[in-house]
Order: sequence, then structure tokens, then C-alpha cells
Amino acid sequence: MDQHLLSIVLFTPLAGLAVLLFLPGENKTLIKLWANLVAFAGFLVSLPLASRFDASNGGYQFVEKAPWIPTMGVQYIIGIDGISLLLVMLTTLIGFLSILSSWTSIDERVKEYYAMFLLLQTGMIGVFVALDFFLFYVFWEIVLIPMYFIIGVWGGPRKLYAAIKFVLYTLAGSVLMLLGILTLYFQHFKQFGYYTFEVAALMRLDLPLGLQQWVFWAFFLGFAIKVPMFPFHTWLPDAHVEAPTAGSVILAAVLLKMGTYGFLRFSLPLLPKASIDQTIVQALAVLSIIAIIYGALVSLMQQDWKKLVAYSSVSHLGFCTLGIFALNPNGIAGSVIQQINHGISTGMLFLIIGVIYERRHTREIAAYGGLAHVMPKFATVFAFAMLSSAGLPLLNGFVGEFTILQGAFEASRTWAALAVTGVILGAAYLLWLYQRTMLGQVTNARNLHLPDLSPRELAVFAPLILWAVWIGVYPKPYFDVLEKPVAQLVERVRPSYFTGQVQAGLTEHRAP
Amino acid sequence: MNFLDLIWLIPLFPLAGAAMMLMLGRNLDPQPASEVALAPGLEHTHEDHGHDHGHGHSHGHGQSHDHGHGHGHAASPLRFLIGWICPGMVLLSFLFSAGAVLQLAGTESKAHEVVLFRWIAGLPFHLADGRLAAFGADWGFLLDPLSSVMALVVTGIGFLIHVYSIGYMGHESGYYRFFGYLNLFVFFMLMLVLANNYLLLFVGWEGVGLCSYLLIGFYFHKKSAGDAGNKAFIVNRIGDAGFILGMLLLFSVAGSLSFGEVRRALAGMHPEVAQFGVLSAAALLLFIGATGKSAQFPLFVWLPDAMEGPTPVSALIHAATMVTAGVYMVARSADLYILTPQTSALVAVVGALTAILAASIGLVQNDIKRVLAYSTVSQLGYMVLALGVGAYWVAVFHLYTHAFFKALLFLGSGSVIHAMSGEQDMRRMGGLKDKIPITYRTMLVGSIAIAGIPGLAGFFSKDEILWQVWSSPLGSKALWAVGLVTAGMTAFYMWRLMAMTFFGASRADAHTQEHIHESPAAMTVPLIVLAVGSALGGWIGVPKLWAAFPESFRLFEHWLAPMFPGVHGEHAAHHDTSVEWLLMGLSVAVAVGGIALARHFYQVRPDLPDRVAASAGPLYRTLYNKWYLDDIYAFLFIDGLCKKGGQAMGRFDLGVVDGGVNGAGWLTRVSSALSIWWDTWIIDGAVRLTSFLVRVGSYPVRLIHNGQFQTYALYVVAGVLLFLTYYVARS
Repeated sequence: MDQHLLSIVLFTPLAGLAVLLFLPGENKTLIKLWANLVAFAGFLVSLPLASRFDASNGGYQFVEKAPWIPTMGVQYIIGIDGISLLLVMLTTLIGFLSILSSWTSIDERVKEYYAMFLLLQTGMIGVFVALDFFLFYVFWEIVLIPMYFIIGVWGGPRKLYAAIKFVLYTLAGSVLMLLGILTLYFQHFKQFGYYTFEVAALMRLDLPLGLQQWVFWAFFLGFAIKVPMFPFHTWLPDAHVEAPTAGSVILAAVLLKMGTYGFLRFSLPLLPKASIDQTIVQALAVLSIIAIIYGALVSLMQQDWKKLVAYSSVSHLGFCTLGIFALNPNGIAGSVIQQINHGISTGMLFLIIGVIYERRHTREIAAYGGLAHVMPKFATVFAFAMLSSAGLPLLNGFVGEFTILQGAFEASRTWAALAVTGVILGAAYLLWLYQRTMLGQVTNARNLHLPDLSPRELAVFAPLILWAVWIGVYPKPYFDVLEKPVAQLVERVRPSYFTGQVQAGLTEHRAP
Repeated sequence: MNFLDLIWLIPLFPLAGAAMMLMLGRNLDPQPASEVALAPGLEHTHEDHGHDHGHGHSHGHGQSHDHGHGHGHAASPLRFLIGWICPGMVLLSFLFSAGAVLQLAGTESKAHEVVLFRWIAGLPFHLADGRLAAFGADWGFLLDPLSSVMALVVTGIGFLIHVYSIGYMGHESGYYRFFGYLNLFVFFMLMLVLANNYLLLFVGWEGVGLCSYLLIGFYFHKKSAGDAGNKAFIVNRIGDAGFILGMLLLFSVAGSLSFGEVRRALAGMHPEVAQFGVLSAAALLLFIGATGKSAQFPLFVWLPDAMEGPTPVSALIHAATMVTAGVYMVARSADLYILTPQTSALVAVVGALTAILAASIGLVQNDIKRVLAYSTVSQLGYMVLALGVGAYWVAVFHLYTHAFFKALLFLGSGSVIHAMSGEQDMRRMGGLKDKIPITYRTMLVGSIAIAGIPGLAGFFSKDEILWQVWSSPLGSKALWAVGLVTAGMTAFYMWRLMAMTFFGASRADAHTQEHIHESPAAMTVPLIVLAVGSALGGWIGVPKLWAAFPESFRLFEHWLAPMFPGVHGEHAAHHDTSVEWLLMGLSVAVAVGGIALARHFYQVRPDLPDRVAASAGPLYRTLYNKWYLDDIYAFLFIDGLCKKGGQAMGRFDLGVVDGGVNGAGWLTRVSSALSIWWDTWIIDGAVRLTSFLVRVGSYPVRLIHNGQFQTYALYVVAGVLLFLTYYVARS
């Protein structure tokens, strides 16, 4: 049992999906119940991962290894370190909450909807646990399919445009990434005489800087589009606005993290020379900083509630990528924590929009105002989500944001000084959104008698609020599981970091 | 009981109170269903107080709620519990603080630290000099002379204001919410002053900002309240950005953020006298944080607007405690500022500039709370000025006396507004002296205390600041002169306030006059206690000049001064007491003169102010419009950066970035259309051409192959005949 724990976590949703297919399609309640049950079970079985995880062990844990396509050197290898542990836990919890939040909002093609969600769930977990590049790629692409249908079938008015844009854009990126993967695959054959996609084996490659740079940019396109980094972000607002609530939640909370995770798991350790290359580091830092400021400024002016949150994601993910390319322990650990935080707080923000959309069927900010009078519980939850997203101390966002700023500061004072403006603008667009929707007088008679949060809706928010407070007040367990893998990552890229002799140019401040 | 080891409990009492209120408060204090505030035109509105007098701002009736809401529903019999729990929690904090401070006084080191557990993990970080340090922060608490003064002020004044609020907010809807926020504020404020490191201080720093936001926007149905809350939060965030960078820079130099270790690290460093180095930059960045929280130029604009909140909030948060956080933080960083004379000089200039700028605006405001708000900004300027010249304990001394008299004045103004049915415009007051005598007498004490009349609290601290500015090597005569002029202005606007409010004939309408009444005991008792503090609180800081008094009258200095570093350099001649006596006489003369002038203007010749205002039009308008700072900021940052910048970025995103993506999609479609055309007509065309040619070429052959046996037989016969003919012809 224990040695297959990770596979169980990975395939529970898929097994549930297999059963779901045989349930009678007309019995919607049964299907909903079953899907919720499976998703909840998926979360429960993932809990032992966290409780049995050994933070003092820097290597991969719960590793399973089996041949898959021996002729091509493809294996089924899965395992997790601290970074993937956190992302897997995020996926199982958010996945369950998204499914729970869909109870009343999805009423047509119910069976297909939940089938897609369960498939998505396995795909996402797979991305975070795969240690074979081929296997990773398979999961990476699997995720696209259910998301395409979730947006394209259950989405808003421009759902087809958004769904196709989402798929084609990410597909374009991943094809280039595939080229990068194949380059490493063939290089491995050249150097070691056999074919393999195993990440640990590919790490032994000794590649010249030039080649590393080419592969880095190929990976970059795949990952940067997924994150999304500026200027590859424009699929995101469209996808978010058109996707149903649960789709937006999953998209923001988990799917985007596949991109940042890709940088951490593959780009940095497989291409250490390219990752420390000044041109690349500067370019990525500049793109990250642009995303932080630009995303926030564009958020300020949005008239659509969902679009505003979508652009805020661009800004927050800018922090995450900036932390990664600070290439020091604080930056990277902060980035991972902020990825979790973004999942929690932006997940909550999208759930909040979902609650109000279900009642009023509009996302136009101007249609609201004064909702705090009508829906006080809703207003309180929204305030929580807003403050968590704005990085108020004692809530999760601050811990991540501050740790990233530490890392950025260590790498370059200019980066930190520029990134910190995101802290100001972040408060501005969120507070303004809150004022326009929640405060003031009720200006629209249709908002007068909106029901407040139902117990089920509260149950969706409660775990996220608790999680936000936990990370904010006592983030030590998170730092503990991250410390070892992050240190290894830094050491891999900058071998002299921990000896105190730092490569010239990376600690002192320079203009980006 | 060992209070020293329990100092971490001090903030937790009000946190428990806040948690109770915000989770269960609605059950104790059920909200009326009719609370929903509607915009005019939707249904009948609850705004039964249409007296916004249009004096430039839409903040007219912050308090009018007292008399508006809350009558239509039956109060829960348990509602009174709120008024016991929340003040009780703050009282507990006060008692624990007092106990701990008494025990601290008996210790040798005069500092006690309690660390609960690690908060932010210590990941490796390369310092500026290349050393590898662990960047971490604890949940740690520190009680030393500085934090003990702060804790006592916060819990002591905080308790009185809580008691006052029982009376003041008694008829309000959202009573539980108010007390929940107020308790939450006290929690964060205590975190701020008791933290043993900068990062935990920052937790309190941001937390009090949040509570300020929530309480400014307490009457959230009003747009002006929401606007003011946003303004406060965002302006403060600008300061916070500086604070964050300052912390990081300080860490990269000192290798820690805990106060004790920073102090030890800085002890070995040289002052940056000639150059503006890393320390100076760190000090400056931290000070930017202080200019936000303590409302200094150029970030003070949020504080006057913050008066949208209920008056007890103005007293507690926006006068006595939160706004002094910046002063506290700079004093806490004294070891840093003493090494950075250039930044200190800037601090002093900013303080002096703020003091005189705000005082000058206060001269012409008509809203009673606005006058007090500008007065607060101005007094904070004094404190910052003292910090700038290295007189750290004096700044804290003024912080402490100011907490008494400014809380008193705000609460008194609340009592006035209460009596006036929500009126805040002093032009509609007057003659209240005998109608609300307790309010009048206590406010009288407060106003002469702030004006600097000898013997009252404000005199001692303000005079000490002026003396230090004159005599410190970091000070100057010019700064002293600015301080002196400000003192005169202070006396003038305070007496103007008193005269317009309490003297002369009433200018209120008959309906309001009928309802004028003294406030209940819950409100007047705190006023009396604060008045006693304002009158006597300064006697623990008697100037050295008054040598006749024993050292016990200088308790404050003895308690605080040893923990601060001394200023390097030559002090002005300390032994020559004649100069000091002269200066003290001058400042008293200025205070008396200011009062006399205001009395002349507003009591003896009430026609004068308008004539002066008319003859000095541009100056008057500039002051009345607050030096146009709000308008300049609105133009540059709100309209310019945020609106225009955001819109431009939005258009850029749609047009260029997404345009590129859609353009790529369009190109793909066009090229695909071209390909289809090419495929159909060229590639497939070639194929079809071939087949066409074959078809054409094969046409004759096809004619022959018509599938009829007779035809084939005919061909055979014809062939045979042909051959036969051929051979016959040859032979």
C-alpha cells in the first residue's frame, strides 16, 4: 500500500471517472454525489503524503519506477520532493473545492462535466509527480483536453474563441518544449549510448552553453506561455472570463503553476549553465517585473470583475517567476510558497465571482455596489480573500511576497525596488474593486434581495481561509519541506553559493 | 505573578475580544433588516439628516448616524455584554502591561525578551559584505523602556476611548462590528510596540493600517467614507514599500532584523558623516515608511480625510496611537539614525515643514474635526523634528503628552458633535460653554495644554523639543524658528476652535439648539480622566532648567534617555541658562500671544476674520485648499498614473500584445486560406490537370472501348479485312 501511495493519489480521480461513466446520465444528483465523493477521496488519500513526508530527506520520496515503453526508453517514474508535495496538496484540495463549488452552477451535460474534471485532476497531479520527461509531457498535454472542453462547452458567450485560443497557444508552446526534450533525449544517447527520458539521468548530461541556451528558450516558450509571463499572457483573461467558475479556479490555482513548476523542475536543474547566463536571467527578471507592474496597472482599469482578477494573476505570477530567477534560496522558496498562496487567494477570488455570478449573471463591476449591506458574510469572505491577495501580514500572501522580495533584493536591489511597487498597486486595484462592489449604497434594485452565502458555499471557503491564516501565522512547515530541495536547486545552478564565494555580478546591484 | 514572561499575552486579550465580536457579535447585537442602505431614488432612504453644508468636502455628517439608525429594532438583552467584554479586554492588557512595567523597573537590564516560536524561516541570504546569514524572524516580544511607554499609552488611552465609545456608539447599528475592529486595532498596535524585530513590527504596522481602513470606512454606505479608507490604505502602502526596502537593506548590512542584534551590529559601525551610504539609505527608506504612517509631508494627505471615521476612532487611531507608530519606529531605530546625520537632517526638515504646513492649514478650517486633524499632523511634525535632531526621548515624551490632550480634544469634539445632533461645522456652533459644561471645561484644559501654557503637559514636551532643536548639534536656529512660529499658530487655531465652539451666541438652528445636551457619564468620565492627564502628565518631564525640582520630576528622561544613543558633536552652551530661560519665555509669550490674537479675532471683533480673509485672498485660498496638495496628487497619480496609465496599458494589451496573438491567428488563417487555394488550384490542380490530360488523351481510345461485343466483332472483321487487303495488295 505504502509503496504505491503516490500512484493511488494519482489515479484515484481516474478510477472514479471509470465508474462515473457507467452511472445513469439522467440521475444528476447521483453523478454529482459520486464526483464529489471521488474528489474528496482524492484529497483524503493525498493527506498521508504530507504526514509521512520526511522534510530532512532532500531527495525524491514515494518514488515508483516501472518500465513503460522499453524500446523508447520511456519509464513510469513518479516521486515528489518538497516543491511537488506542496503543489500536489494544492491540487487535491482545490480540485475537490472546485468540484464542490459546481453543485448548483452546472446543470447541463453534468456527467461529461464531472468526467472532464476528474480527468483534469489526474492530469494535473501527474504533471507534478512525473519524473520521466516523456511521462511528464503526456500529462502536460492531457491537461489541455479537459480544460478545452470545460471552457468550450460550459463557458460564457465567447467560449469557443477562448477555448481555441487557450489550446492553440499552449500547444504551440509545448511543441517547442517537445523539441527541447527530444534534444536532451538524443544528446543522452550520444553521450551515454542509450535512450532515456528519466530526469535524473538527463541531469548527468554535460552540454555546452550554446546548446543549453537553445533548449532553455524552447522550454521557456512552453513554460512561459503556461505561467503566463508577459507578453504571452493574453490567452489568460479570455480563458478566465469565459470559463465556468470551477474552471477559472482550477486554471488560476493549479494550471498556471505547471509553468512555474516546469522552470523549477526542468529548466533550472537540467540547464544550469543557461539558467545562470546573464542574458537569460536579466531577460526573465525584466519580463517578470514588467508583468508585476503592467498586470497591476491593467487590472486597475478593468470593468469586468473576472478580467480584473485575471490580470491580477499576471501580476502575482510575475512575483513567482521573479523569485525563481533570483536564483537564491529565498527567491525560490518564496516563489513556491507564493504559488500556493496564489492558488488559495486567487482561487477564493474566482469562487467569490462565481457566487455572485450565479445570482446575478453579470460580471460587470458597475452592476454592483453596496453588496455588503445585503450579503454581509459574502462581504467578509471577500475581504479575507482581498487581504490575502494584497499580502497583508498574518495572511499567506505576505509570507510569499516578502520572501520573494528578499530573494530579489539579494540578487539585485533594483529588481526589489521595482517589484515592490506591485505591493502598492496590488492594494489599489483590490481595494477599489471592493469599494465599487461591496461598499456604498445599493444602487441597483436587482441586488436588493440577493441571498447571502449558503452553508455549502461557506464550506468551500472555510478551508481556504484557514489555510491562508496557517501559512500567514506559522509558515515554518512550508519552509521546512522546501529548504532541502531549494538548496539543492541553488547549489545545482550556482555551485559556489553556499561556500560564500558568489559569482561576480549576481549579488551586487546592477541595473536589470 | 511574573508579568514579564507573560508580555506575549498583552496583545492576545484584545485579539480574543475581536475574535468574539467578529464571530459571535451578530448574535449579541442582531442587525435590523432595514439596515440596507439604498441609493436615493430606489426607495425611501434612511438618510434622515440632509444637512450637508457643502463646505468644500462631502464629509459633513460622520456622526449623524447617532441619531439616525438603530431605533427601529429591538436591541438584544445581551448587547450590553459587548460594552463589557471589549473595554474589559483592553483593561486586562493595561493591567498586565502595568504589572510588567513595574517588574521591568526592578530589573538590572531594563529589557526583557520573550520568544515564542520562529515565524519566517531563516533561509540563507548573502549580506552586502558577502557573508552568508539566515534571514528569519521570530514571534518575539520585547519590553524595554520605550515599548513600555508605548504599551501603557496604547492600553491606557485605549481603555478610556473604549469606555467613551460605549456611550458614543451606543445607538449605532454595527455596534459589535465597531468594537470588534477597535479591539483588533489594539491587538495590532500592541504587536507593533511589543515586537522584538522589524518584521513583526511590520505585522502590527500593516494591521493597524487595516483597522484604520475598516474604521474610517465604518459608515460604508457613504462613498466619501470608502474613498477616505482607500486613500489612507494606499497612501500608507507607499510608505510601506519604503519600509520593506528599508528592512531589506538594513538586514543586508546588519545580518538580522531583531532589534537587539541590529543594535549590536550597528554599534561597531562608523557614522556616515561625509557620504550618503547604505546606512543613510536604509534610514531614509524606513523614514519613508514613517512619513506614511505618521502623516508627514508629502504623505500626510490621508489623515485629514480619515476623519470620516467615528470620532472615537479619530481619537484613538488617528491621534493618540497609530499615527505615532512612525515616530516610535524611528525612535526604535535611533542607533541607525544616529549614524546617518544626513538622513537625520532630512528627517528634521520634513518634521518642521510638516509642522508648519499643517498648522497653517489648520488656521482656516471650519470643520471641528479637521482642525484637530491638521493639528495632529502638525504635532506629529514636532515629534519628527525632535527625532531629526537626535532628541529621541523628547519625541517620545511629546508623543506621550500629545496622546492625552489630543485624545481629550477629539473626544471632546465628539461630545460637542453629539450635542449638536451631528453638526461638525464650527460656523454653526457657538455659545455651548454653559450648555455642556463638562465638555467645555475638559476641552479648555486640553486646548491650553496643546497651546503650551506653562504647567500643563504640552508645555513641558513642546518646550523641550524647541530647546533641543536650538541646542543640538543636529538642530539649527532656523528649524527652531519654524517650531516657534508653529507654536504660535497652534495656540491661535486652538483658541479659534474654542471661541467658535463655546463662546459667543449660538449659530445653530432652533431644532438643533433644542436638543443640545451634555453627554452621558460613559463619555464624560473619560474626558475628565484625560483632562487630569493633560494637566498633570507633564510633571514627570520637568526641564533641567528648573533646578529647584528634585530628580524624581524628571522620571521620564531617566527612564528613557539611557536607552538612546547620544548625539555626537558639540552641544550648545548648556551651562548658560540665561539663553534657555529666554527661549522658554519666548515660547510662552508666543503661546499667550496666539491665544490673545484668536480671542481678539473671534470673540472681541468677530467681523475681523472675514475681512482678513478677503484682503489676503490668494493666501487664504491656498491655506483653505490645503496648499492644493490633494489636487496636485489627484492630477499626477490618480488621474495621471492610475487612470491614464492603466487605460493606456489596457489599450496596449488589447491592441498590441493581444493584437499580436490575434494577428498571429489571423495570419495563420490567411496563410491557411492561401494554402487551401494553392492546394486546390496548384497542387491538386496539377494532379487534376494530369488526370484531365490523360482523360483528353484517352478520349479516342475510350471511344473504341464502348463495351459492345458487336462493335468488337466489327473491329475484328474490319481488322481481318484490313490485313487481307494489305497482303492482297502486296502480292
